[in-house]
Amino acid sequence: MKGIKSKKICYFMSYSFLEHTADVKFRADGATIEEMFVSAVEALNDVIRGDIEILGQIEKPFVIEGKDRVSLLYEFLEWFLVELDSEDFLVSKIKEIKVEKVSGAEPNVESFRVSGVVTGDKAENYKFTNDVKAVTFSEMYVKEDEGKFVCQVVLDV
Amino acid sequence: MDLKRINDFEWGVGDSGKIFASEALIEEIKGDDSLDQVSNVARLPGIIGKSLAMPDIHRGYGFPIGGVAAFDLETGVISPGGVGYDINCSVRLLKTNLKKGDLIGREKELVHSLARCVPSGVGVRGAVKLDKKKLDEVLVGGAQWAVDAGYGLAEDWKHIEDGGKLAGAMPEAVSVKAKGRGMNQLGTLGAGNHFLDVLIVDEVFDDEVARVFGLELGQVVILIHCGSRGLGHQVASDYIKLMGDVARRDDREQMIDDRGEVMDRELVNAPIKSELGKKYFGAMCAAANFAFANKQIISHFVRENLKHYFPSLKMEVVYDICHNIAKVESHFVDGKKKDVLVMRKGATRAFGPGREEICEDYRKVGQPVLLPGSMGTPSYVLVGTNEAMKKSWGSCAHGAGRVMSRSEAHRNLSFDEAKKNMEELGIFVEAGGKKGMIEEAPGSYKDVDEVVRVCNNVGLGRKVVRLSPKLVVIG
Repeated sequence: MKGIKSKKICYFMSYSFLEHTADVKFRADGATIEEMFVSAVEALNDVIRGDIEILGQIEKPFVIEGKDRVSLLYEFLEWFLVELDSEDFLVSKIKEIKVEKVSGAEPNVESFRVSGVVTGDKAENYKFTNDVKAVTFSEMYVKEDEGKFVCQVVLDV
Repeated sequence: MDLKRINDFEWGVGDSGKIFASEALIEEIKGDDSLDQVSNVARLPGIIGKSLAMPDIHRGYGFPIGGVAAFDLETGVISPGGVGYDINCSVRLLKTNLKKGDLIGREKELVHSLARCVPSGVGVRGAVKLDKKKLDEVLVGGAQWAVDAGYGLAEDWKHIEDGGKLAGAMPEAVSVKAKGRGMNQLGTLGAGNHFLDVLIVDEVFDDEVARVFGLELGQVVILIHCGSRGLGHQVASDYIKLMGDVARRDDREQMIDDRGEVMDRELVNAPIKSELGKKYFGAMCAAANFAFANKQIISHFVRENLKHYFPSLKMEVVYDICHNIAKVESHFVDGKKKDVLVMRKGATRAFGPGREEICEDYRKVGQPVLLPGSMGTPSYVLVGTNEAMKKSWGSCAHGAGRVMSRSEAHRNLSFDEAKKNMEELGIFVEAGGKKGMIEEAPGSYKDVDEVVRVCNNVGLGRKVVRLSPKLVVIG
């Protein structure tokens, strides 16, 4: 993608699902914050598509901002839900990704940005039924733990 | 959490919360965080009386599912977490002139046909084509817009809560993102716990009220559960973020717990009379109207579909009630009539006899209260009571309430077992995928008979008829 120095993704995704009475809770991690973000998208995608493989026929750039790392993750995951409902776009893989601190709208206030390229396909080419209504802030965190970035997310399904 | 037994069906949560539940249900309720959530709601500014929970309570976001609370219009707050992500996720009951025998031998054909006539699943587009202007009309007109557009009969909306059209909708308060999500989804069922069931009235508890509702033994009825789809979900997300920003900026004290930490970001809120509070209310009403229109269009598809099999079919709306909603209602507070904001999250209105909000046909007896079970257990129709007006701001349980996590359901049950269990019960299921069949199996839910027993004994709603599932379509 023009103008963005992004990392090519090549590593093992890491996420696990945890108990939740009504919805879906997962924990995802990565050696870098970018890897953790990709793991979180993989977890979200796992809920939506299950075992179905999504082809990477279409490339889409993304630039998303958030006030802090938690808000950024929330906005990032929500972007995929909006793309699915509005543009019929299903993610296959994150091809490039970069997370950085940027100047916020207000002076002396930093915010965060995630940008990159995702590949995917039209949802109408697949039959699946696992709706995710929303990303939630419930029990959500992003933290550095023993040299890894770890996040926890609950999805309303 | 300090839980005190008040009597056989009422439990105190600290000094400021109350749960309506039996001994058996309370043991299950203790197993998740929902008691803390009842307690958190009690701390919101302007709450009147206690933070309440219905017998089907389980863990939610902000409010527990099954949470009900009333707020002073001057000093109180409104919270998207008191309504939920699926705004006006709701249930509609339709009655038919068909009898149990009409289905026999045709079950597979019928369930398959019903599943095909209503788009369901993810990324599925509805048959209704909208542009921005028409979508705004839907957000204002709700089910009445759908009827005017040719989806259904003129009398359909008369038996819907608020006539299927909430006043106060503000399409301009709904974001472009939310509208984009809803644009292609009108007339779709969705997935997860949304369903379309064909059931039989298999027991009548109250002949007189059943007659008023037009229900009788052996009758075929249809129950539809769905909501405001991506549009409503995005309205909730948008306002949780907006209110979070304002709360952070204004250092709103009610967001902070005893340890000085943010209590629950999902319980973020705004004063009812603030600009942001009013905007959320307007956007929520708009999303609720989208849900009403959605269910009206689905009902139309179902009616047209069944006419192919039963040309003399008559299918009428018994009632359609909101599960996730905030409403300004008049209630008695300290012996005086007062307008308050009632938030019901996974709870239904259950107004008793005489309330002017109830359609004329039912006003004398009270409103129908629809309480669905799971795909393999009975559903119930109750009637609202004066007791509910006194005890629960005229509210009742909304269903069986989940008790088992989805992952545990997968550990306990295979798809083949789930399917076999339904077949043994004589229930024909068409599911969009294997996951839904396992996760929505009866064992994932509380005992609906026990939930109804509590509602009936406390007086939140009185039993009218029981419905037994025959054909089940899940999204």
